[in-house]
Amino acid sequence: MSLGPITLGHFLSLGGLLFALSVVGIFLNRRNLIVLLMAIELMLLAVNLNFVAFSHYLGDMSGQVFVFFILTVAAAESAIGLAILVVLFRNRSSINVEELDELKG
Amino acid sequence: MNTTTALFYVFSAVLLFAALRVITARSTVHAALFLVLAFFSASCIWMLLKAEFLAIVLVLVYVGAVMVLFLFVVMMLDINTDSLRVGFWKHFPVAGLVGALIALEMALVLMGGFRLTEAPVADAAAIKMGNTKLLGIEMYTKYLYPLQVAAVLLLVAIVAAISLTLRQRKDSRHMDASEQVRARKADRVRLVKMAPVVELPSTKDGGA
Repeated sequence: MSLGPITLGHFLSLGGLLFALSVVGIFLNRRNLIVLLMAIELMLLAVNLNFVAFSHYLGDMSGQVFVFFILTVAAAESAIGLAILVVLFRNRSSINVEELDELKG
Repeated sequence: MNTTTALFYVFSAVLLFAALRVITARSTVHAALFLVLAFFSASCIWMLLKAEFLAIVLVLVYVGAVMVLFLFVVMMLDINTDSLRVGFWKHFPVAGLVGALIALEMALVLMGGFRLTEAPVADAAAIKMGNTKLLGIEMYTKYLYPLQVAAVLLLVAIVAAISLTLRQRKDSRHMDASEQVRARKADRVRLVKMAPVVELPSTKDGGA
């Protein structure tokens, strides 16, 4: 079987598959807040993969600079998300998303 | 099929397997560890794309800091995993449909083009400088202002995370420094003027 050389499309397909997998993960783990945060991290990873692939194949460094900023924002997001999670667990003794109905939205 | 192609398929397979295990693992600790594996294989794929600096940063920042934070929180909280997995597969048809739809749409878009096989050849000076230096030059000249904004964002995240989780103990005997400084002499000592009173020695039973 001849697979041929790796094209930009290969990397983009990998990113797309990874993104679809994490969307499925968000649907499946809709109760467990920690795994929801992990699925969001996976989504950001898929997007970063696309950025790096385009940056390499188009010969433009700006894509990698953008990945750098996305990593910064993702780190800040997960730190604050986990802090909120800890406070939530202290107050409710549970991280079940379906029990969070205080606001009656 | 050369080495790069083979490595790409191996790393992609590991990455997709790890991602699948992250979303289906029964224990949250296992999910976090598989997420570490996913980040690691993603960083290997970035190496194939000649983005060495970002690959190392991904391992250092994500595997070294963020995932340790995740594991720390998972182990600190006493979570009943079984109650969270009630009806786990109930929504699988919808989830699978949405996932397949997203993958299909991406495939339709990707079929149209993106057949680039070779990266444009960088000039000799750029190759000699290396990825890290190129990224640094780009970041500290063209993107200096966004870089400062990102630094401020990290500071805000630190302050927010600490102030959210900081808890004052109810039984701690801390001192309020501002109240101490504000205290005047009049608050502490009260001088009372009163007439002297001399008690008479009692004579009822003290005569013996």
